[in-house]
Amino acid sequence: MSTATASHTDNYLNHEKGIWSWLTTIDHKRIGIMYFFAIMSFFLLGGIFALLVRIELFTPGQTLGFVTPDIYNRMMTYHGAIMVFMVIVPGIPAIFGNFILPIQLGAKDVAFPRLNLASWYIFMSGAAIAAFSLFTQKVDTGWTFYTPYSISNSVSNGVIMLVMGAFVMGFSSILTGLNFIVTTHKLRAPGMTMNRIPLMVWALYATSIIQVLATPVLAITLLLLVAERTLGVGIFDPTLGGDPVLFQHFFWFYSHPAVYIMILPAMGVISELVATFSRKIIFGYTAIAYSSLAIAAVSFLVWGHHMFVSGQSEFAGVLFSFITMLVGVPTAIKLFNWISTMYKGSVRLDAPMLFAIGFMFLFTIGGLTGVFLASTGMDVHFHDTYFVVAHFHYVMVGGTLMAVMGAIIYWFPKVTGKMTSDLLGRISWVFIFTGFNVTFFPQFILGSMGMPRRYYDYLPEFTSLNQISTIGSWLIGTGFLIGLAAVIHGLIAGKVAGDNPWGGKTLEWTIPSPPTHENFEKTPTVTGGPYEYR
Amino acid sequence: MTWLNLITATSFMPVQASEVAKNVDNLYIFLLVSSLISFVILIGGMTWFIFKYRRKTDTDKTAYITHNTLAEFLWSFIPLVIMIVIFWWGWVIFADLRKVHDKGDIEIHVTARQWQWTFKYANGVTVVSPNATEKLDTLFQPNGIYVPVGKTIRLVMTSQDVLHSFFVPAFRNKMDAIPGRYTTFTFTPTEKGDFIVYCTEFCGTSHSNMLSAIRVVDSETYDKWYAAAGNAGSAKLPPVELGKKLYAEKACAGCHSIDGSRLVGPSYKGLFGSVREFESGPGATADENYIRKSILQPTAQVVKGYPPAMPPYQGQLSDDEVNALIEYIKTLK
Ligand code: HEM
Ligand SMILES: [Cu+2]
Repeated sequence: MSTATASHTDNYLNHEKGIWSWLTTIDHKRIGIMYFFAIMSFFLLGGIFALLVRIELFTPGQTLGFVTPDIYNRMMTYHGAIMVFMVIVPGIPAIFGNFILPIQLGAKDVAFPRLNLASWYIFMSGAAIAAFSLFTQKVDTGWTFYTPYSISNSVSNGVIMLVMGAFVMGFSSILTGLNFIVTTHKLRAPGMTMNRIPLMVWALYATSIIQVLATPVLAITLLLLVAERTLGVGIFDPTLGGDPVLFQHFFWFYSHPAVYIMILPAMGVISELVATFSRKIIFGYTAIAYSSLAIAAVSFLVWGHHMFVSGQSEFAGVLFSFITMLVGVPTAIKLFNWISTMYKGSVRLDAPMLFAIGFMFLFTIGGLTGVFLASTGMDVHFHDTYFVVAHFHYVMVGGTLMAVMGAIIYWFPKVTGKMTSDLLGRISWVFIFTGFNVTFFPQFILGSMGMPRRYYDYLPEFTSLNQISTIGSWLIGTGFLIGLAAVIHGLIAGKVAGDNPWGGKTLEWTIPSPPTHENFEKTPTVTGGPYEYR
Repeated sequence: MTWLNLITATSFMPVQASEVAKNVDNLYIFLLVSSLISFVILIGGMTWFIFKYRRKTDTDKTAYITHNTLAEFLWSFIPLVIMIVIFWWGWVIFADLRKVHDKGDIEIHVTARQWQWTFKYANGVTVVSPNATEKLDTLFQPNGIYVPVGKTIRLVMTSQDVLHSFFVPAFRNKMDAIPGRYTTFTFTPTEKGDFIVYCTEFCGTSHSNMLSAIRVVDSETYDKWYAAAGNAGSAKLPPVELGKKLYAEKACAGCHSIDGSRLVGPSYKGLFGSVREFESGPGATADENYIRKSILQPTAQVVKGYPPAMPPYQGQLSDDEVNALIEYIKTLK
């Protein structure tokens, strides 16, 4: 490992100084950090709404003084919209993709650094529009904006603003995806063939393809919604002869692939963590890499599984059910591969690995319950109940956010040159992991019993399970606060990390921590696969 | 085997009160047990490896296993087979839940609106669900929705404003109510009792209070209730009667016969349920949605051999009136 000592003094953090140098930077690493701060503040906001929503559900009827049904519905809507469009969709690609992807490829930067900065500004503008609608308008459609409710007079025109926020953020998503695709094709170091790129890059690559192909559909859908609301064009409005269910087709044509935009990058992170902390070559590199592409491809063909009871034809329902089952297979393959990587490995349970294990535990439950929902006859009972709420929180929160936490702690030393406290990391994990199960497992039972989702009020028989769930949410909240403490403590008082504290094999561990301005002193030459532990 | 009882459907699922409920629950048990086994294999394996292969020294050598074709084939193939079984099983049940074109023994029109359900029986009895409630029995005030046990009930649903969804956990069935369109919800109750109806499609402020309940009773009680409610004045003109009146008043009779003879347009006799062929596009079965569309936008699908001469009735007939006409046409066998 060639680590030039001189470069330790000059790094990307002190290469230029002052707030202006950050706001005009075209360094992918700094842009990654700017995304980190933005997205984490949105996460905090979305999290506060989540806790309020759960507190309101502690008892049937009104629990909190100021939370009327309308206020509840708005909080539920903003919780969902913020978490989906402003946290989980951009999360891993924008933060870690930006920071890590060029380095893992042996590149100086992404292919279009200026476009990358522009993407950040576009994202922030979209987020600002969406956030502005929060303070000035009253939107309670839920994050899915289903017509005709969203175009009816009972919803304020604020829905236009919120939707435009999502529309603008979509451009950022498309541009980042484009940037990553070109970077992966054009800027690989000599010797880095497509079959030697790290699995994190494969995952981001597959994600980028979905982003570029699916996001425009969302953009068009949202524009049509605005057109319907303002001009009354009669596409979705039944009183004008439109088809309100058509909106659902458009919406899920984006949003089903989008759930893979949310989870594929997390799977990339998990592949990195499992290899490093088992210190073993990843099992089935090709299978993991290509299953990402397979998932990306098939994810475009299953949107109708959100609509089994929407009045779409029975034939469509059956077809979508079948194709959905096929997505389950590449998903299962990935789990088997990660677990086999640990076989005859040298496994260490540092905090990032705990999060990876938490991911697998929760994601397995989320994936298996997905099979319940993919089965038409079963889904008719579960659709739009708390069972679905539990299912997607297990995959998205249990899965993706576990990976985000693991990624933060894993790459923290590379980003800052300092370590986080392993103890704080582990305590944070215990709270999040336990709290998560306490919060969401009871919701599977609530759903089976028949409690519908998006309910401000519920029948007395659902009370005790809801109370357990609410108490769990406080544990999760505490866990994230401890995680925040770990990061702050690491920044202020963390031990000096060294270039490769975890014994990683991918290229980012061959350069100084924090990296220099242009990552590599001289372009590395790659001679083997990414996880050559022998 | 009490532990098994814990994971059987009956402990989480509502009572089984319809014919399909039992089949749904069998699939549910199968899914629970097979998931539990898969979970134990995956997470058990993972936990075992974590402890067995935990790091002992900082220079541990690890095995160099890149892949294993047989294992990879098996763990793709076996889940695939299991999932195809689950797919097929779900489909069989789905077909049972969605007997769309089957005629029910009793048909009831259901109209959803923010935030109430209105039920209309063939003799004109109209029941409106109360808005907001805490206790089940308040859902029957001032009057309730009665159906007889053992009969197949077909609900023909639509909505006046936004999407709603009709969900009866005890029947394991659910269907969206959509403005401008009819959907159907078919069930055969097997248990007497009161069963709650939820709205499961978010529909605004009082979404969670959009409740109703169905009282399943034996046939005699039902017949008595039906007759009494019909006489007590909760009935308006029964739909078929209203339809007959509209047929004359709205000038349908000028172009459509009811005895099979050919006028300007097709006769109503034998229309419902027949297969229609069009001047353009594929044919269709004449169901509620087809007839509604033919009344409101007649030129959208013109029956082969007839001129596109009918005026659209969009905006001139209320939903109730369209329903009545459909009900009337249904009687013309
Ligand atoms: C890869 C990770 C996954 C993610 C991120 C994910 C996410 C989601 C989300 C967000 C929803 C709810 C959308 C809404 O209505 O608000 C959902 C529903 C659903 N998921 Fe997943 N899911 C995943 C895996 C799976 C798998 C493996 C399957 C099936 C094999 C599956 C089948 C379904 C079905 C059928 C629904 C619709 C349920 C309903 O609305 O009735 N999911 N999922
Ligand atoms: Cu509703």
